[in-house]
Amino acid sequence: MIWLGIETANAPLSIAVVKDGKVLAEVVQNIKLTHSVGAMPAIEEVLSKAGITPAEIDAVTVSEGPGSYTGVRIGVTLAKTFAWAIQKPLVGVSSLKALAANVKMSDAVICALFDARRQNVYAGVYNGAQLNTVIEDYHDHIDGLLEKLKALQKPVLFVGTDVEVYFDKMQEVLGENALHVPSTLDLPRASELIAIAQQQKLPSIEATHAFVPQYRRIAEAEANWLKEQKKGQL
Amino acid sequence: MDNYILAIETSCDETAAAIIKNGTEIISNVVSSQIESHKRFGGVVPEIASRHHVEQVTLVLEEALKQAEMTPQQLSAVAVTEGPGLVGALLIGINAAKVFAFVHGLPLIGTHHIAGHIYANALVQPMEFPLLALVVSGGHTELVLMKEHGSFEVIGETRDDAAGEAYDKVARVLNMPYPGGPHIDRLAHEATEAVSFPRAWLEEGSYDFSFSGLKSAVINYKHNMDQRGEEIIPTQVAKGFQDSVVEVLTAKTLRAARQYEVKQVIAAGGVSANKGLRTSLEQTFTEEGIPFYVPPLKLCTDNAAMIGAAAYQMYGAGIRGNLAMNGRPGMELTNWVK
Ligand SMILES: [Zn+2]
Repeated sequence: MIWLGIETANAPLSIAVVKDGKVLAEVVQNIKLTHSVGAMPAIEEVLSKAGITPAEIDAVTVSEGPGSYTGVRIGVTLAKTFAWAIQKPLVGVSSLKALAANVKMSDAVICALFDARRQNVYAGVYNGAQLNTVIEDYHDHIDGLLEKLKALQKPVLFVGTDVEVYFDKMQEVLGENALHVPSTLDLPRASELIAIAQQQKLPSIEATHAFVPQYRRIAEAEANWLKEQKKGQL
Repeated sequence: MDNYILAIETSCDETAAAIIKNGTEIISNVVSSQIESHKRFGGVVPEIASRHHVEQVTLVLEEALKQAEMTPQQLSAVAVTEGPGLVGALLIGINAAKVFAFVHGLPLIGTHHIAGHIYANALVQPMEFPLLALVVSGGHTELVLMKEHGSFEVIGETRDDAAGEAYDKVARVLNMPYPGGPHIDRLAHEATEAVSFPRAWLEEGSYDFSFSGLKSAVINYKHNMDQRGEEIIPTQVAKGFQDSVVEVLTAKTLRAARQYEVKQVIAAGGVSANKGLRTSLEQTFTEEGIPFYVPPLKLCTDNAAMIGAAAYQMYGAGIRGNLAMNGRPGMELTNWVK
């Protein structure tokens, strides 16, 4: 079974090809290069290094979000078009869960997060080696997230390149229970994405058309419109 | 051997795919419109447009192949709108096109949206040069001179609003829903008299356009009437506005057609579907004895067939894109022939 994994949900990029559970080739980069320019050449490079042709791929997985809207959409567009073009199934995996998988050996509470600007974050909280969900992926003010984590009264392993933006605050609220993983574990890896996808049931090939990103947040214009509607009702 | 190009267009609010044979024949042409989703916002919201494109993109590709009863192996190339347009929207079509081209080992061609609008005419009758194209849409108002395939000279363009934009704004003044063009066109045809609004000719000899002054004149007119407690007559305002737009567009196009001694005049873009404009241009150029064409409505508004028609000429000229292609929201219309 050969998998192609695509991760472009945030600034880092990762592409991997895994055959029967073994990583054949993987790209992980965190440079200032837009995914629209970098992702497709990276897919070509990884497949060529692995000596795999598109037709040999059995399934595709993608980081479905949350993350940068444009980043998530580029990954999802690449993945769903790829899966459809080769007529193989597409599996979506949470971008936060894939990141948490970097530290799944630990028993601790793992909090993966991405900065959503203006003191907001996307966060998912997982537990132990099985990556069971403690707090489902969502969008929140950093203060709201930290309150929830404080209530758990356990050490929390924060993972992600954006953790440093909020780490002072994390220590302020959680004290010694706030831990930041080594920075080498902060980058998402498409091979972890594949490892998670492999545990899921494969969807039908027809389901690919309906595959959409998990934004975890409605578009600003829509939020404003809903607000206006509410006002109108009062 | 016959050439078949699969084309993709996602520069604004239509997700579209088409298959074009030899640059002139439409084998399939699929357009998934988002207009209903944007109506409540009174215009196209880029983030909403991008979200829709991701939902639709593989569906329209599959439908284009299905309607054509073709397999990817029968295709010669994949073409996609590279710019201009909304960057987030462009990226969906571009990345889908890149994957499709890569998986099926096909050449990739990045096409200019306006070149596409102009080449919509190649799907109706052969283009003859020199050719003058009036491109009018929600985002563009341009006079383009073509001396041969792949040669574009923008001899005039709008200095402020695009014609379609002015239509939408005036429609809002008249409490008409988005998109406003068809409503103004309809109202204008119901009127016998018109409110008189200014014409923006700009300096002598200029082929440029300006519609913001006209738009302000309409707003001021409504404002003054409101202050006097008088009701405006929407049909007469619509006619006054449309008369001004049409007169300027027609006169400048005619003057340019004479100066450059063109063999053909074509209209392109969403606003060229406007009945008032169409009729005026048809009459003028019939009298002048210069052949004038405007493609049928579904080839005037955004579609992928026109992208395939333009890409066919690029394909022949050896133009190829690569897998690092990016969206180019401000892409300029440049020549692909040397
Ligand atoms: Zn257009």
